[in-house]
Amino acid sequence: MDVRSIGILGAGKVGIVLAQLALRAGYEVYIAGSGDPSKIALTVRVLTPGAHAVTKEEAALKADVVILALPLGKFRTIPRHELEGKLVIDAMNYWWEVDGPRDEIIPEDISSSEAVREFIGIRRLVKALSHMGYHELHDEARPDIEKDRKAIAIAGDESDDIAIVEGIVDRLGFDPLVIGGLREGVRLEPGHSAFGASISKDELARLVTE
Amino acid sequence: MTNKSSRTIHFGIDTFGDIPTDDDGKHFTHAAAIRQVVKEAVLADKLGIDIIGVGEHHRPDFSISSPETVLAGIATKTKRIKLASAVTVLSSDDPVRVYERFATLDALSNGRAQVILGRGSFTESFPLFGYDLRDYETLFEEKVNLFSELIKEEPVSWEGTARAPLTDADVYPKTESGRLDVAIGVGGSPESVIRTARYGFSLVLAIIGGSPDRFKPYVDLYRQAAEEFGNPVLPVGMHSPGFIAETDEEAKERAWPAYKLLWDSVGKTRGWRPYSYEQFRYEVDSGSLYVGSPETVAKKMAAAIKTLDVERFDMVYGAGNIPASVREKMIELYAREVIPRVRELLAE
Repeated sequence: MDVRSIGILGAGKVGIVLAQLALRAGYEVYIAGSGDPSKIALTVRVLTPGAHAVTKEEAALKADVVILALPLGKFRTIPRHELEGKLVIDAMNYWWEVDGPRDEIIPEDISSSEAVREFIGIRRLVKALSHMGYHELHDEARPDIEKDRKAIAIAGDESDDIAIVEGIVDRLGFDPLVIGGLREGVRLEPGHSAFGASISKDELARLVTE
Repeated sequence: MTNKSSRTIHFGIDTFGDIPTDDDGKHFTHAAAIRQVVKEAVLADKLGIDIIGVGEHHRPDFSISSPETVLAGIATKTKRIKLASAVTVLSSDDPVRVYERFATLDALSNGRAQVILGRGSFTESFPLFGYDLRDYETLFEEKVNLFSELIKEEPVSWEGTARAPLTDADVYPKTESGRLDVAIGVGGSPESVIRTARYGFSLVLAIIGGSPDRFKPYVDLYRQAAEEFGNPVLPVGMHSPGFIAETDEEAKERAWPAYKLLWDSVGKTRGWRPYSYEQFRYEVDSGSLYVGSPETVAKKMAAAIKTLDVERFDMVYGAGNIPASVREKMIELYAREVIPRVRELLAE
């Protein structure tokens, strides 16, 4: 699959940085905030010139791949029907400070990405771009050189989809590191050693097995 | 755009009231930590530093939960220095009370008060004052809205979900200037930048991690948004952590354990991995820690001020548990060496 366009749901700190990286990597970018696109029009024009400010539904429909970059607690606002058949990258983290008690939104014993996948009701969901802080995502992306890169961990269950996400991560400027199935994504969540990691592929590989 | 050569840059110091130690490493009490901040503010005023900002927190690592009370103490002992909160967590406060307290501070200080409103990066105040964090966006938006009405210093009628309605409510004391100085502290949410422009407040960017360059578009966003709303394009400031000592080596040696302690304490509740020396070194070399000798810090500050085109730089000093004597020394180096050197570099 040739990925030409990326949709980003969420126009906050993370969504904006991901849009900047995607634009720099040459993707067509559709970005959506929580409401009417006019609300983020100025932000998009100044911070991510070239990206299209659209509704969540449009972003989901128009883009080849869609990244979830909204507060996890708002996952019920994800347009599930429009995402049918789409490859979705979950860059969200459960964050108790804004999302409230974890057990109110995520069933016990599953990773947050599994909970999101269950809610959207699709198979094609891969966790990636979630463990690195947004300012490091911005500062550390090296799309043009492959030396001294930082790594982004990827967890997913479908090998074809993982390969596509590896390609995107590489094009954005990071070394992809596949760590296992979506269940393994729990290793990247807050409170686990890889959360917040902005390190090389070898170091990250060591860290996720700790 | 303002003509840069004619522009005066303002320099401030900010603190959250971290707990200092004595020279033997013994921790101050919270009360002594607060008195230390007052002492440092008096020193800063004498040395000609433009602003002192004190931030509101509700956790054991920081002694200041009531910034304007500390600022009131400072007000009566100082002459010139601007007295700012950095920040006042408006979401969990009552805008009417915030107005009253800062108008009082403004009276005590002969018009030197500045309220910097923010959502804050900590959340302890929400359960403490009976708010639900999940409402934080609505709480902040509604309360900024009410506050923007209150500072017109005319009777206000207001209705919302964040507090009881007001009908023709007049609030006192009135300020002598007719309007409190208000800024909003923003950590990088584009929506917050636009809100600041929409209400016609000045903007202070909290840049506490990563390359400061990343914030350049946010400064542009603020200026363009203010123009589109037909509001004045007010000065933009930045707030970043720093540690100054005689030499780079000494500064790094002292700063590393202090930041490590602070970040790990915060990280524990947020699920971050322990703060690593690589992270520290990255922040010092190319990120947002202004750590080093006066010359090193001045160069880095001048570069950031130039790149971001800001008119105010507030350095968060004294983070972690460091000796009070080291903090005082740092303020002296900042005032006597760093600030004049930054001005010199900017004039070049």
